[in-house]
Amino acid sequence: MKQNDIKRLSLYLLFAPFALWIALLIILPHAGMLYISLREKVAPRVYEFGLGNYINFFNEPIYWNTLIRTGSMSLLVTVLALLLGFPIAYYIAKIAGYRTRGALFLMCLIPLWVSDLIRAFGWILLLRETGIISSSLQWAGVISTPIEFLYNDATVIVGLVYTVILFMIVPLVSTLDGMDDSMIEAGYNLGGNGPTVLRRIIIPYAMPGIVSGCIVVFMLTAGSYLTPILLGGKNSSWFTEQIYDQFITRYNWESGAAFGFVLLAFTSLVIWIGLKLSGQTLSSTVARS
Amino acid sequence: MQSPTENDLECIEIKKHFGSVRAVDDVSFEIPKGSFFSILGPSGCGKTTLMRMIAGFEQPSSGDIRIKGKSVIGTPPNKRNVKMVFQHLALFPMMNVYENIAYGLRCAGASRDVIRTKVHDVLARISLPDVANREISQLSGGQKQRIAIARCMVLDPDVLLLDEPLGALDLKLREAMKIELKLLQHQFDTTFVYITHDQSEALVMSDNVAIMDKGKFVQIGTPQELYHRPAAAFVAGFVGDTNRWAGRVTRVENGAVEVATDAGLIIRGSVRGAGAPSAGDAVHVFVRPEFITAARAGGQAPTGAAGQNVIEGRIDSILFNGANSRVLVRDKAGELIEADVVLTGGVEDLKPKDDVTLSWSPEQTMSFSV
Amino acid sequence: MAIKPNMVFLSGYRLYVAAFFLFLAAPLVAAGVFAFNDSVFPSLPWQGFTLDWFFNDTEPKLGMFHDRRLLRGLYYSFVIASCVSLLSVFVGTCNAFLFVRCKFPAKDFFYIMMVLPLVIPGVILGISILLLASNIANGAEEALSLDLGFLRPGIVLVVLGQFSFITTITSLVIIARLKKFDESMEEAAFNLGASRARVLRTITLPFLFPAMAAAGIVAFLVSFENFNTTLFLVGSEAPLTITMYDRMVKVGSTPVLNAVSFFLMVGSALLALVSVLVQRDKPQT
Repeated sequence: MKQNDIKRLSLYLLFAPFALWIALLIILPHAGMLYISLREKVAPRVYEFGLGNYINFFNEPIYWNTLIRTGSMSLLVTVLALLLGFPIAYYIAKIAGYRTRGALFLMCLIPLWVSDLIRAFGWILLLRETGIISSSLQWAGVISTPIEFLYNDATVIVGLVYTVILFMIVPLVSTLDGMDDSMIEAGYNLGGNGPTVLRRIIIPYAMPGIVSGCIVVFMLTAGSYLTPILLGGKNSSWFTEQIYDQFITRYNWESGAAFGFVLLAFTSLVIWIGLKLSGQTLSSTVARS
Repeated sequence: MQSPTENDLECIEIKKHFGSVRAVDDVSFEIPKGSFFSILGPSGCGKTTLMRMIAGFEQPSSGDIRIKGKSVIGTPPNKRNVKMVFQHLALFPMMNVYENIAYGLRCAGASRDVIRTKVHDVLARISLPDVANREISQLSGGQKQRIAIARCMVLDPDVLLLDEPLGALDLKLREAMKIELKLLQHQFDTTFVYITHDQSEALVMSDNVAIMDKGKFVQIGTPQELYHRPAAAFVAGFVGDTNRWAGRVTRVENGAVEVATDAGLIIRGSVRGAGAPSAGDAVHVFVRPEFITAARAGGQAPTGAAGQNVIEGRIDSILFNGANSRVLVRDKAGELIEADVVLTGGVEDLKPKDDVTLSWSPEQTMSFSV
Repeated sequence: MAIKPNMVFLSGYRLYVAAFFLFLAAPLVAAGVFAFNDSVFPSLPWQGFTLDWFFNDTEPKLGMFHDRRLLRGLYYSFVIASCVSLLSVFVGTCNAFLFVRCKFPAKDFFYIMMVLPLVIPGVILGISILLLASNIANGAEEALSLDLGFLRPGIVLVVLGQFSFITTITSLVIIARLKKFDESMEEAAFNLGASRARVLRTITLPFLFPAMAAAGIVAFLVSFENFNTTLFLVGSEAPLTITMYDRMVKVGSTPVLNAVSFFLMVGSALLALVSVLVQRDKPQT
């Protein structure tokens, strides 16, 4: 049939760019990386196939300690972003008036359009020894000598939460926005109080948004590079720094590729566990639009 | 060579299967020139699929569709002279009224002057001469309706299809639009094929109505025929309000039957539809509320010919609706029977808990074999 | 509006929201405000207002509009962002039609594949593309003695690297819009006699255009600000973020970086505003 031919042709034409994109820029590079990570350098320009690069990783405590540290700090950042972001999202979606809602939502988005670098730069200007906060405290007489707020874990966490919280708020606002207010009212009407309505009605409803926000936030945090380096300094030991180090400083691509895969596998594992625990699926959360 | 006929649209043994589902199953009909034809059926009966096949959006699995005597199977929808008013009208929001109406003319390659003349002409005919430069969002519901029709009519179609276009309107406007549509159809003198699940729309507007159920046409006829002489139990139950009993035939007597309902009533009725029932057969019995007379018991016994159905009961509730008021009567078997009554507001009016006698003639009692 | 909690709670809540937005604004204000401080260090005390960090043409206070390397970075960023934006909107539009309109096997799987690039760490995307490109280039050089210069770190790789995940964003934006499209509109146009191409040109694309424009702007901004992926793929033509980073690490922070930050923030805010405006539907009057 002619109509079917046209349909088939347009399907192929539309599928081609998608296939090229995913195959050439996502699948093939990762397959290549996997291949390289499985090559061991036994002598200059001589390689053997094996798990040596991965075994190396596990034999060197500093490597997997860094990974564990990156993972646990990313989890902490995710939880903090959720706890801090949920009330804001709820306020924007349910409490603010119609006009303020749009304005607040836009304000939430503005930092998104500003480079990571500029945001980190701003934090540096605020927090360093000669920074605004230190100087202001000195001027106010609270402290007598300048204080260095940079280069510690707390600062890294604050900076990371700042960087990623928008990705928590945006999906939460859109889920909560789709929630019928009368559901909350019915919850109160049937005798619920604030906490029970929150726990039994609002949170279960917002679960897809929560999970999707958490996934994106966790991935972005674990994969971030700039913020830990700039705010945490040389000894922030973020795992992406190790990867960069292997690639650029040591020029050890094999081990760098293995590290990359370890990070990918680790973050995927954490997300898989998270999905299992929350009873959601990837397609019900991130892939929902 | 096909001989030209007087029919604008003919469908011959149309079938459409989606997998194992028969959405449209062997439907044949013809619509004479310039008439208003409705296809009435519950949702999911296949009427939309049928219409989409006529418009060319779906291909029938088998059968033929002829417009003005010419088969259009294989003709793509943009080459068929069948225009369609969509359920939600599908007016183009990025264009104003003028552009919407001119769209089809532009596609046909008409010149600027011809377009201008035709658009203004059709706007005048739908009595909206001044809206050409309005945006679609500035129109009222009824105006949008008329623009959607004008957008099709400006192309001078052989057949205009309307897919429940009144569904989105509120009740008052819907009533007004029914009359308006009928008038427009007269004015344009074009064949309208109207799809609806709302029987009052179909009955009020149409010259002919086809009742559709489970992919098949059950009956085609004028609204009056369908109402008073339904050919099948489905039609009797679907068109108009009716009381309905299931029962078994106890006696047959040249065209008349006596039926014992499942609840134990004895009802005399006339045989309708296909098949001649014999004693013991299962039947469905229908009586419309307006044919049942309700009188207070103990008063003047209901007159009428011998052989009337007479049932004693007690009024359960009164459904007051002006001229269309009705009582719900609970009979001895415990079933509710609806009967139309006249309520004048005086002391003689029936009241709840009154004992009443219901009576109706066997001729108005339609019995269909199951 | 949902049920209002009591007033004390509500004002506390409001206070928290205000504090949160203060937190959001603080580093941006800090980064922006020192662009106007008449001092060679971006720190307190305030030495008075100046526009030198934008327009002055001599050291030590070389303004950003006279700083060759920054300007070159800006130019490269602009070129890269434009390419990425055009490419990703094109592929995103194709993807939208593919996933909204077409039926094909394993569609859910492919949809997840489409979303995936968004959650792969940017560093890894950068590395993997670098590895593949370098291997192909090395292979070509050794086996065929071909010099495939475009596969060496440089603008082409940066564009490809950013395109690889920005396309997910543009696809999601355009898919959301296409899903809202009432398909009977296309059928109506078809029914009125339009050809397929005409329906696409006069009905579907005009409907989709706001989303395509917004997606293009988003892609442009995300490309402009990207650092993680770009870092590995960059050659000698460094875009602005990389130039700034180099400056920050090698020279230390100087107010000219604040000037660039301010410039970028204002530019981004304007573009973001445009994207919101084009996406807004015509007012219903």
